[in-house]
Amino acid sequence: MASLKEVRNRIGSVNSTQQITKAMKMVAAAKLRRAQDAIVRMRPYAEKLREILVNVSGNVDAAEGGAYAKVRPAGKILMVPMSSNRGLAGAFNATITRAVNREIRENYAEQAAAGNVHVICVGKKAADYFRKQKGMLLREHNDVYDQLDFEHTAPIVEQIMQEFLDGKYDRVILVYNQFKNAAVQYVQVEPMLPITPPEKTEEKQSNIDYIFEPGKGAIVRDLIPKSLKIQFYKALLDSFASEHGARMTAMSKATDNAGELLRELRLQYNKARQAAITNEILEIVSGAEALKGG
Amino acid sequence: MQFEILTPDKQLFAGEVSSVHVPGTKGIFQVLNNHAPIISSLGKGMVRIKTSEGEKTFEINGGVVEVLKNKIIVLAD
Repeated sequence: MASLKEVRNRIGSVNSTQQITKAMKMVAAAKLRRAQDAIVRMRPYAEKLREILVNVSGNVDAAEGGAYAKVRPAGKILMVPMSSNRGLAGAFNATITRAVNREIRENYAEQAAAGNVHVICVGKKAADYFRKQKGMLLREHNDVYDQLDFEHTAPIVEQIMQEFLDGKYDRVILVYNQFKNAAVQYVQVEPMLPITPPEKTEEKQSNIDYIFEPGKGAIVRDLIPKSLKIQFYKALLDSFASEHGARMTAMSKATDNAGELLRELRLQYNKARQAAITNEILEIVSGAEALKGG
Repeated sequence: MQFEILTPDKQLFAGEVSSVHVPGTKGIFQVLNNHAPIISSLGKGMVRIKTSEGEKTFEINGGVVEVLKNKIIVLAD
């Protein structure tokens, strides 16, 4: 049996670990709420944009989707995994890298063998992982979480869009955790470019006779980059909320586990203490007995 | 008429207005009550609105505006 002092020390260390995990859980919960608010604030914009896009592109040929809709043979692939800058978020980052690897293995094994699959990482954790894979990591954007708003996200997407237009990449795929709730996140592997034109659902077409300024084609060309940026931003917000959700759940579990451990250690401690006291009494009593006998 | 101006990060304004000026890509135009349905892309400039409490302006870098049944929605960048 461990000595009293050893057990006491362990209780102390487990206790302070529990305090840390509890604090992290609290912080994650607060950040989660803020991240969710951001999603909610972005939603009306995204919905309206899609509505207008569907409205406008109804009568426009797919060709009007322009350069972003151009389907080229899948020669060079760009994956954009979204991870977090910090760990201790359960399986949050591991699922992302795993999903990227699975996607490559299943659909782009040939291109990967030829060294034509690259990644642009958002978040340190995925970057750390892909840096070890030779020649895969192209860029990393780790500071985007410092100030997560549309303005700071847009340049990342613009660069990616430009690379697609320049023909540097033929496919751009986003990999991120979609936020369901604090405990559940779904990994999404979402093709971003080339865009798939919005589906022509005839019955949804409004018969409103809009005036289009400066013209349908021009508006579509104007809106598509916007909707791409929104798609990216939405993915990022989802990932951000998922991160904090995952961390909150992980830390909540860690706190529970620490509590369980503490309970066991205290039991052990008390047992040891009790045994020591019994021993001492035994010694005194037997000592007294010996004196009396003599 | 109802006016709403949205950015991806937040809603800048929503409420009753009597007149809206928007910087269309082909030139500034004004939207008054019972304007015909229109979808227009916007360029860099100012969105000016008149409310019962006075005038307000918003600076935008571009965007799109939809006017339908006295409801104006500006999606700004």
